[in-house]
Amino acid sequence: MSSVLSVSDLTVRFATPEGEVNAVNNVSLDVEAGECLGIVGESGSGKSQLFMAVMGLLAANGKVAGSVKFEGKEILDLKMKDLNKIRGSQMSMIFQDPMTSLTPHMKIGDQMTEVLQIHKGMGHRAASSRAVELLDLMRIPEAKKRLSQYPHEFSGGMRQRVMIAMALLCEPKLLIADEPSTALDVTVQAQILDLFAQLKKETGTAIVMITHDLGVVAGLCDRVNVMYAGRFVETGTVRDIFYDPQHPYARGLLGSMPRLDEAKGEHLSAIPGQPPNLQDLPPGCSFQARCKYRFEPCVEDPHPALEAIGGGRKKACHLKGLSRDGEVVR
Amino acid sequence: MIWFALRRLMSAVPTLFIVIFASFMIMHAAPGGPFDGERQLPPEIEQNLLAKYDLDKPLLEQFYLYMEGIVTEFDFGPSFKREDFTVTELISQSWHVSARIGISALTIALLVGATLGCLAALNQNSWIDYFVMALAMTGITIPSFVIAPVLSLFFGVWLNLVPSAGWGGGAIPNMILPVFALSLGPLAVIARLTRGGMIEVLRSNFVRTARAKGLPEGLVIRRHALRAGLLPVVSYLGPAMAALMTGSLVIERIFGLPGLGRYFVDGALQRDYTLVLGVVILYSTLIITLNFIVDVMYGVLDPRVRASQ
Repeated sequence: MSSVLSVSDLTVRFATPEGEVNAVNNVSLDVEAGECLGIVGESGSGKSQLFMAVMGLLAANGKVAGSVKFEGKEILDLKMKDLNKIRGSQMSMIFQDPMTSLTPHMKIGDQMTEVLQIHKGMGHRAASSRAVELLDLMRIPEAKKRLSQYPHEFSGGMRQRVMIAMALLCEPKLLIADEPSTALDVTVQAQILDLFAQLKKETGTAIVMITHDLGVVAGLCDRVNVMYAGRFVETGTVRDIFYDPQHPYARGLLGSMPRLDEAKGEHLSAIPGQPPNLQDLPPGCSFQARCKYRFEPCVEDPHPALEAIGGGRKKACHLKGLSRDGEVVR
Repeated sequence: MIWFALRRLMSAVPTLFIVIFASFMIMHAAPGGPFDGERQLPPEIEQNLLAKYDLDKPLLEQFYLYMEGIVTEFDFGPSFKREDFTVTELISQSWHVSARIGISALTIALLVGATLGCLAALNQNSWIDYFVMALAMTGITIPSFVIAPVLSLFFGVWLNLVPSAGWGGGAIPNMILPVFALSLGPLAVIARLTRGGMIEVLRSNFVRTARAKGLPEGLVIRRHALRAGLLPVVSYLGPAMAALMTGSLVIERIFGLPGLGRYFVDGALQRDYTLVLGVVILYSTLIITLNFIVDVMYGVLDPRVRASQ
């Protein structure tokens, strides 16, 4: 399989009045055709900014370095005009907040058809019927009538369906979904995730699912990258990471998830402390201050590199091993 | 929509009535009257004059008679000081001068102000932005009664490019300086409002979505950002109109233009009750109408407002 998206050594910095913020630090990843990659991390870990950089959507004070290849072609230094040929057509993105992500003064139909008019040069009629087709696919009732309505006439879940439909209009090779279900209530979340599962099965579009919800990853993704303080700390298949997390942070994340198969009355474990300030990362491993397995190299040596540990897995940790029942090999 | 328009029109009537009543009472509460001069009139003559214009009657009765004239015959009374002229005649002679100046100034303030504001927002923190904002700050802080004589002196007297004053039958060169001086304040406010509105919208989620769709930046701005970014300007149009009207009182005086301002100021100083009230009614009707148009425009620009209208 060939990589649809291949990011290497990507760094994103923001210039702020208080100094530089290192949002993403030397991150590399590959997304293969047809697979679903999960990016997991808590708020502020840089997972959204990483893909904003990929889409060329960083705020004006953001600087990006490294390489982003889409289907083998470098896109980081493309002119806006050329990048615009790719985004929205071959590479689409869905955002977190469906309530504010659609233009309030434009009809849904116009917002959808303009994508096809720009990228495919379709006429209004053809574009409209394609839009209806996708709204149907997203199970929006009376799609044809809905085209002439405005975003405020849709509920939150419906708006997110419209966003997904809009992202799929040109049959993209890659769909980036930035917490697509976070702002919605639980039942609607489940419906939206069902749509993604259906997408994965029926269209063969590669999906990047950015989320802090491990449940979403477990149900949908093939591989997962765990992100902490702007770095990937562990990558591997969903199965490997869920059953045998090797990085203490990944382990902490999984441990903080409520489980149905555990005895009642047991307390949820939490990771103590706060994520580090990205403006002023401590020396050594960025997780060491919160890590209960910390030993000298974690503080004294530079941040551990993301290294292969066999079975296609990688981790960035000085520990040689971490067994399921918490035994440590240093 | 029609019901919304009707409701608004219905509420305009009591508003107008209150404006007229308050102005009437304030005018009459000011000391002196239209027939006080440096030379004391003989009491009999003064009595006759007051009786002729019903000024000897109780105030509320005078108000009733005044309103009766307006409602039944659309008669705004005679001017007390300019004999042989009715208020309607005086206003119809001069309104077009004020209207031309005012409408030109508003148009220029909107076009230039919105353009400058957009340029500043699109080039935030560049020299263009700083230049526009400095210009706007100047326009806001320097009052028109300062800028007008300076302009007249510089371009009219020293450079002799345009007439320094006078109407010249409404010739374009005569209009340049007064229109520029009048538009400067609103232009500056509109530039600032547009800049603020656009900067906020350009950072909004839906503009990000539009960019993610791969639309060219020009289209993102025109189709997705501009309408939402200009909403603050639309809501300023009502106050802008009021600012232009009060501003034109001063500007017309400075450039010696035969507009409504002259009658308004002279009328107020000379206690020409009917003339002042006539101009007040005209101005308040205009402002009420403009505010109504602004509300309708809001609905056109924002479908969410339309739904609630």
